[in-house]
Amino acid sequence: MNNWNFEIDTENIAWLHVDMQDSGANILSREMLEELDHQLLSISQHNPVGLVILSNKTSGFIAGADVKAFAGMTDRHEAEQLIHHAHEILDHLEKLPFPSVACIHGFCLGGGLELALACSYRIASDDADVRIGFPETRLGIFPGFAGTVRSTALIGHLNALQLMLTNRNLNGWQAKNIGLVDEVVPTRQFKSAARYLIHNRPHRRHPPLLQRLAGVSLLRSGITTWLKHQLSKKASIEHYPAPYALLDHWNTSAGSPQQMALSEQQEVARLLTGETAQNLIRVFLLQNRLKAQKGDPEFNPAHVHVVGGGLMGGDIAAWCSLKGIRVTLQDQSPEMLSRAIGRAQKLFSKRLRNKLKVRDAMDRLIPDHLARGVPRADVVIEAIYEDAEAKQALYQQLEPRMKSDAILATNTSSIPLEILAEKLQDPGRLVGLHFFNPVAKMPLLEIVTMDSTDAAVVERALAFCKRISKLPLLVKSSPGFLVNRVLLPYLMEAMQLHKEGVPAAVIDKAAKEFGMPMGPIELADTVGLDICKSVAEKMGNTLAIEVPQELINMVEAGKLGRKSGEGFYRYEKGKAVKQESSQPVDKILADRLIGRLLNEAVATLREGVVEDADAVDAGIIFGTGFAPFRGGPMHYIENYGREAMLEKIQQLEQQYGERFKPDSGWQPPSPTGRGSG
Amino acid sequence: MKQQNLLEGRAVYIVDGARTPFLKARGKPGPFHASDLAVAAGRSLLSCQPCAASQLDEVILGCVSSGPDEANIARVVALRLGCGHKVPAWTVQRNCASGMQALDSAAKDIVSGRAELVLAGGTESMSHSPVLLNPLMVNWLAEWNRSASTTARLKQLTKLSGKHLTPVIGLLRGLTDPVVGLSMGQTAEILANRFGISRTMMDKYASKSHLRLGGAIDNGYLEELVPLYADDGTLYQQDDGVRRDSTVETLSKLKPVFDRKFGSVTAGNSAQVTDGAAMLLLASADAVEHYQLPVLARIRDVQWAGLDPAQMGLGPVYAMAPLLERNALNSSDINYWEINEAFSAQVLACRMAWEDAQFCREELDQQQAFGEIPCDRLNVDGGAVSIGHPVGASGARIVLHLAHILKRHRAKNGIASLCIGGGQGGAMWITNDARQESDKAGGEADE
Repeated sequence: MNNWNFEIDTENIAWLHVDMQDSGANILSREMLEELDHQLLSISQHNPVGLVILSNKTSGFIAGADVKAFAGMTDRHEAEQLIHHAHEILDHLEKLPFPSVACIHGFCLGGGLELALACSYRIASDDADVRIGFPETRLGIFPGFAGTVRSTALIGHLNALQLMLTNRNLNGWQAKNIGLVDEVVPTRQFKSAARYLIHNRPHRRHPPLLQRLAGVSLLRSGITTWLKHQLSKKASIEHYPAPYALLDHWNTSAGSPQQMALSEQQEVARLLTGETAQNLIRVFLLQNRLKAQKGDPEFNPAHVHVVGGGLMGGDIAAWCSLKGIRVTLQDQSPEMLSRAIGRAQKLFSKRLRNKLKVRDAMDRLIPDHLARGVPRADVVIEAIYEDAEAKQALYQQLEPRMKSDAILATNTSSIPLEILAEKLQDPGRLVGLHFFNPVAKMPLLEIVTMDSTDAAVVERALAFCKRISKLPLLVKSSPGFLVNRVLLPYLMEAMQLHKEGVPAAVIDKAAKEFGMPMGPIELADTVGLDICKSVAEKMGNTLAIEVPQELINMVEAGKLGRKSGEGFYRYEKGKAVKQESSQPVDKILADRLIGRLLNEAVATLREGVVEDADAVDAGIIFGTGFAPFRGGPMHYIENYGREAMLEKIQQLEQQYGERFKPDSGWQPPSPTGRGSG
Repeated sequence: MKQQNLLEGRAVYIVDGARTPFLKARGKPGPFHASDLAVAAGRSLLSCQPCAASQLDEVILGCVSSGPDEANIARVVALRLGCGHKVPAWTVQRNCASGMQALDSAAKDIVSGRAELVLAGGTESMSHSPVLLNPLMVNWLAEWNRSASTTARLKQLTKLSGKHLTPVIGLLRGLTDPVVGLSMGQTAEILANRFGISRTMMDKYASKSHLRLGGAIDNGYLEELVPLYADDGTLYQQDDGVRRDSTVETLSKLKPVFDRKFGSVTAGNSAQVTDGAAMLLLASADAVEHYQLPVLARIRDVQWAGLDPAQMGLGPVYAMAPLLERNALNSSDINYWEINEAFSAQVLACRMAWEDAQFCREELDQQQAFGEIPCDRLNVDGGAVSIGHPVGASGARIVLHLAHILKRHRAKNGIASLCIGGGQGGAMWITNDARQESDKAGGEADE
């Protein structure tokens, strides 16, 4: 194995380079840790004056532990062994008889940070792309390579807890402010800074008094109660037990490092082998699966032309520019474009935070009401209003002016691609790129293909998706594709409940208790009721869905949801005015809402809208935010028991009628079963 | 020694061009810096070309006074346009003709074979011209920094007075001739006096400039205009200095600003202080063929001339005379003229001098007067009085717009000329015969 290589220089300093073979990033797998242990032993035999650990990867220092190896781990004892072993190895690093320095650039997350914490000193690069943090609770666990022990000792209890609970990533300067790193320097100065630290061995600073006081046992339980209260506003203990477990672990063991280390090993092993963590790990791996679709490596889009300066088109254009691509944005008049430009500027300021970078992004985003950018574009994205004839007419103008290998993409959410491709000279070049609103926040991009879509075009679309850092999901052209198709019955059921007299806030509460990030009623308001209505109308025929009269009435009355200030809710300063009730919500509400969603998910799989059950889960989690801790709808069905869930749906059918009729896809066993990507 | 026409060798084509709306300076810094303006025009121009920004051989920009963060503004603009690290860029300064100087410099590089494809133009954000500390204050601050003790500082504080706080307005200093000490407006007063140009004549001319611009806007003649979008999305689509209701009566109410009280040059009959940029893509015949570029016009010859700084407004006639003579042209051969309207009085003086036999003989070394420059062939879509005069950009603007006028009228010859503060003139001859000379030149040049 050559993952770790060291040399000793003339000053007798050991330089240990980490460079995981056959991997773009360094991952702390079991083998990597064991090899490190071995190398530390070899280095010690040379009696160096100090050790410096650096990464040879451009992506960063160490991206974290090997999450893949955690998947499917159910034996708590085995997990504890594994964690204990990692503790031992990092202890060896900490107890070296000479000082050690970690040089951090790019990613330094989770296990990577825990390794850095075992060094005597840490140097961070001053680059803006430095990410130092503990993402573990997002995976349903907490730091398990002695991260809770060493971080609390180094930066103080409150700082460390905050870092672990919020999963916040820090850049070099932020890390230095709380004492997590000792120096922040340009990467070119890593070696001189490391030499300085080794030769001068400055004293490590102590965390401030307040930070140390927080660890006094008398105060810990009060702090725990208070932090749990804060947490409960964001995530319930039933859905996300890890942060609560972290606080309990800290509360009971923070008095003694030895005890804390032991407790950490036990608790993390317990969480890791539990259902929530396993489901969240599954989600992480599903994400990796989507990311792994890299597409045509030769296709490197430099110019994107977007037609339609409305909410979606404007935001797609801004997103592409944010990602470093030159964009021309077309609409009928400059007036239509000016709002998109103003919105883009806000997005850039928020994301880039650097005046020069904001300016560059603004320079790349070129308003183009005369459509002059078409011939230069590598990707042309149409995002105009949902009207097949208007789109067809537009394509007839665009196609002859486009480069021969440029992608023609539509952001349609409801018109079959087959119809849109009808009048094209080359129908095979049309592909759907279905973005979700808000573009900057939703990670998923549905790549919609027809049977006739050219395979090379799909490869190029995947490469484009990668280029703009979205998660691609290949879906077949069919009404609503995957995400909207599955969401619509769920939204319709919510409106049905509302019609039956259930208050909107109660319906939303039921969905949120199941684990949805936002209730269906508020979601409909946010998407826009006019859009909901038009999607329901377009998909209604094929899905046998009737557009609710209430929805029609509201749209006619100009109540369009959040954007018009009133929909199912009234909005004050962009926030829904809800009458919260503390009464427990009847379970049947969630059963009805989720039941329809699950039934539709089963139907999409049967029809082959996406490749397999995992693809259904990935699409619905990243496209709708579907309760990640449940691992996705198909996985949820499997966990719940397929038979039992079918029975439940059948009962709903008896009670509420036809719309709950189980899809024929329930009958045969799921073709792929469960898997982890 | 008489100069030769360099540009007869290798042809220099104007492929296309774009300019921003010219925005009147309204007492405080406008929404765009000079580089923002040039980038807005340049990116729109480049986004529709068959060649990429990185394929340019160089970028040349005229700018009289760029901002403190825009040293060598052409390079800043080139990088912001995505030309990449390898495209060199340089900035030229010849006061009011800086934009034309950039075109001339680009043309010369193309003729000499140094470049095939050049982005050239001019930009100016006059509303951002610097406000400086006066020398008293600068010295006071130096003393303050030197005072070590509190008592020394207190003592220094007592020396501070109102005089120290009077700022130096960079714009006003820039528009004052540093050699003869006259403001540009005063040089126009001198011409008015010399040629007997009355206040009414000036105001009449100014009012016509506004009416002509209004007409050009309504008829969609300003094809080269691309809208400006501020960061917050605010949209600027048109030259905002145009006064469609401008009449001799309304203009006559303004007070003279240069020779106060008794003069006749007013803000109303002078060019407006404005922000704006104009960018052109110039190419050799080889580049036109290689990239299949369309052709708008051809640059045929350029002339620069010097004269008494106190009479700088006559610069155009000193530059146009040798240009026409060398190329065996007379006024009647020229279909359209653009003489930059620095001041109404100055344009009128140029016409009178041009048609005056004695002047032409004594000052321009001609046997006789040049023929008339017909009013309906001069500045036909308005000029700097109505559009504005961002000093670095105007030279590029008039050439670009002249090319569009020739195209519109299927006319052949055009002369664009400017007077230059400091006592110079510049003139450029362009033709719309690109198609006959290069059959590669695309179909749009001569409809």
